[in-house]
Amino acid sequence: MAVLNIPILRWGQPYTSLETDTVMHFVTGETLARVSQANTGLLGRDMRLAQRARHVLTEIPISELIAMMKKAADLYLRATLPLGDGTQTPEDFARQQSASTGLPEHMCKANMSKNHFVLSNMDKILEALTRGLDLNILTRGYGIESRGVMVSYQSQAPVLGLVLPSNSPGVHTLWLPVIPMQVGLLLKPGPQEPWTPCRMAAAFIEAGVPKEAISIYPGGGELGAEVVRRSKRTMIFGGTATVARYRGDTRVQVHGPGFSKILLGDDVVDQWEQYLNVMVDSVFLNSGRGCINCSSVWASRHTREIAQALAERMGPVEPKPPEDPQASLAAFTVPGAARAIWHSIEAGLGDAGVEHLTASFGPRLVEKERCGYLRPVVIHCDSPESTLANTEFMFPFVSVVRCPQTEMLKRIGSTLVGSAITYDKSFQRQLMDAPQIDRLNLGPVPTIQLDWLQPHEGNIVEFLFRPRAFQARLEKVAV
Amino acid sequence: MSIAAGLDLSLRVQKAKAQLDAHVREMVEWHFNPKTGCPFWLEWASKLGWDPRGEIRGFEDLRKFPPFQDEWLRGGPVRRWVPKEFAGKPLYVFETGGTTGVPKSRVAIEDFRIDYEMFSETLPDEYFPRGANWLMLGPSGPRRLRLAVEHLCQHRGGICFSVDLDPRWVIKLIQRGESDTLEKYKTHVIEQAITVLGAGHDIRCLFTTPKLLEALAEELETRGTSIKTAGITGIFAGGTEFTPQYTRFTMEEVLGEGVYLTPTYGNTLMGLACSKPVTREDGYKITYFAPQPRAVIEVVSFEDPDRLVDYGETGRVRLTTLTRETFIPGFLERDEGERERPCDRYPWDGVSGVRPFRKLATQTTVGVY
Repeated sequence: MAVLNIPILRWGQPYTSLETDTVMHFVTGETLARVSQANTGLLGRDMRLAQRARHVLTEIPISELIAMMKKAADLYLRATLPLGDGTQTPEDFARQQSASTGLPEHMCKANMSKNHFVLSNMDKILEALTRGLDLNILTRGYGIESRGVMVSYQSQAPVLGLVLPSNSPGVHTLWLPVIPMQVGLLLKPGPQEPWTPCRMAAAFIEAGVPKEAISIYPGGGELGAEVVRRSKRTMIFGGTATVARYRGDTRVQVHGPGFSKILLGDDVVDQWEQYLNVMVDSVFLNSGRGCINCSSVWASRHTREIAQALAERMGPVEPKPPEDPQASLAAFTVPGAARAIWHSIEAGLGDAGVEHLTASFGPRLVEKERCGYLRPVVIHCDSPESTLANTEFMFPFVSVVRCPQTEMLKRIGSTLVGSAITYDKSFQRQLMDAPQIDRLNLGPVPTIQLDWLQPHEGNIVEFLFRPRAFQARLEKVAV
Repeated sequence: MSIAAGLDLSLRVQKAKAQLDAHVREMVEWHFNPKTGCPFWLEWASKLGWDPRGEIRGFEDLRKFPPFQDEWLRGGPVRRWVPKEFAGKPLYVFETGGTTGVPKSRVAIEDFRIDYEMFSETLPDEYFPRGANWLMLGPSGPRRLRLAVEHLCQHRGGICFSVDLDPRWVIKLIQRGESDTLEKYKTHVIEQAITVLGAGHDIRCLFTTPKLLEALAEELETRGTSIKTAGITGIFAGGTEFTPQYTRFTMEEVLGEGVYLTPTYGNTLMGLACSKPVTREDGYKITYFAPQPRAVIEVVSFEDPDRLVDYGETGRVRLTTLTRETFIPGFLERDEGERERPCDRYPWDGVSGVRPFRKLATQTTVGVY
């Protein structure tokens, strides 16, 4: 396959930089693309045109933009689209994304279907996220709701800045509703994953979205910081340090580790075997790479048996080539990453009360010439005290933690998705009131199960539009 | 390049090499002679077991010295670096680093003036007019740059205006992630610069850093004007952020026609390396050449700092300073780059693509310059 040269996209205008970054195939070492790198000044200069991005979008009714999203969905999933100085089929896309991110190809294809679904159902998603608001109110800024009340929504930013990750192609669904809300896109792709932003932009433009509404600035860490600095609203993906850095900054929506969990109530824990599939799916699917994958299971008893059962289900899993439809583990394509993670786990295994249940299924660290894999790891912690009791790694890693139900909510810490399997009304009430749990699933719902009609880690409509008081004495208020 | 031109360059390279070797002998004689040398080198040589004055016959022989330890430059007494012959002369002390801990120091008498007078000869008068006033929009305090730029301006017949800028504070803010405070400080600095530029001082030339140049241009444009409209025709700037892409962007989109930008590479220890004129035709490539024989830049193997890499290959930058005031042999810089061939203007090796040394890059905070 010819090496692609991917330019910067400056509000729709391609710009080839004198600096490029090479995207490599993690198995063969083949160069897949040379990606132009933006300097921070270039981004700063282009921000002068951010308002134009919103302006050109507000010229198009939201209903038309939604129709464009549906068209873009099909183009994204099925069409050959321009990419840099070449073209890209859907098959190329899945292969390239897999080759640079380490995710097996069939998972890349599954992510394509997810993106397609979200784009195709944009009307329903926006209706859900806005709670049935007449979307023209977003365009006009005010209007009368169906219940006869005047409402006003003020746009908080002409464009949304996005600092995207390299290793988790599943996150892109989060920003797909932005264009139909008439807000421009300023995308900073992860170094190993230029594919989705570029293909999505190509599909949008082909579907009729004004190219002046979309920018893509590949670059290093400094550029990511510049996106945050320059944008009035930014969605950023990163680790714990990134989350800490931007905590409390209302301009920034940070998506970091999820520390998602399954909590087994005392009323069901004796029947834990019934929920084993839910646990395995929550930990294992999508190679355990997402923030919604379960990283710990909490119960007051039977925890060692649960850990043993999980280990028996996941322990034997081995890496397979990325094109193998049976491949279930993603590779770590950043040199040394898998080894560093394994060392970190090994350090925690020395804590008192920690037992490694997958040890008997062979070495967990598998190193190849240009990448590394980590086979599933299940550990048992006899209390929440150990370091590994509440840790997240980007592979199927789970700690089964023994903790009395009365202590659980005090000990679980920040939890993006909490699947609480309990029918105890009192415990359910406590769970409903627990502010540390972002998304609560009651019952045997896998943590990775998404409902596209519900917000994820904050409602993007509320992030981009502020409801405010508004009164008008106009001759005729538009409704 | 024609055969004749190639031969001519080859002869000039040989001549420059001979001059360098002679200069090395002269400097070693000076610094290691008990009548003229500084206490540090004399004491150091007394423990060597061999006499540098007898054994160092040319630049290559400097490899006989063990690697220069930059830790030697931290702390006092700084007079141990002053050659005896200069005792009693008014001394400057310039510092580098020091965001935390004791900074590295270099004493100076005339070197900074000599270096910048030599640099002055490389500036085109068309864009850096003689007699023009300058604005020094860069680090102040104990930095050599502050006085050096002022001297450059005075040497060319102008008056130098300046603002206060504390780079150690900037680096602390970056390291602490205090981006709001950093932004306020930058705004404070830029506001001062714009006030000076708009105060009728007829400022035509500017020293600044890549980041401050961007910020100044942006703020001027927000106010409906530009660097060019503000009257600036020549900009001298320095820093490892001077990549070809940065330079292209700045020349094409920020400055435009009629404003000349010259990148430089230097530090308190070495002095100032000039770049060949940067052009679109040459892909905005930036190649620096040291002010040989007063200073030498080498690009050496990462594994073996005594081995030069081949032309075009990447290596670590090694500096040697050879003035009567300062002798620093084989100082390994925090930067890496590609070794470049001699050229007509500078018939000795240069370095291009200068950037933070990859093994140190994660620990290095690039602040304002």
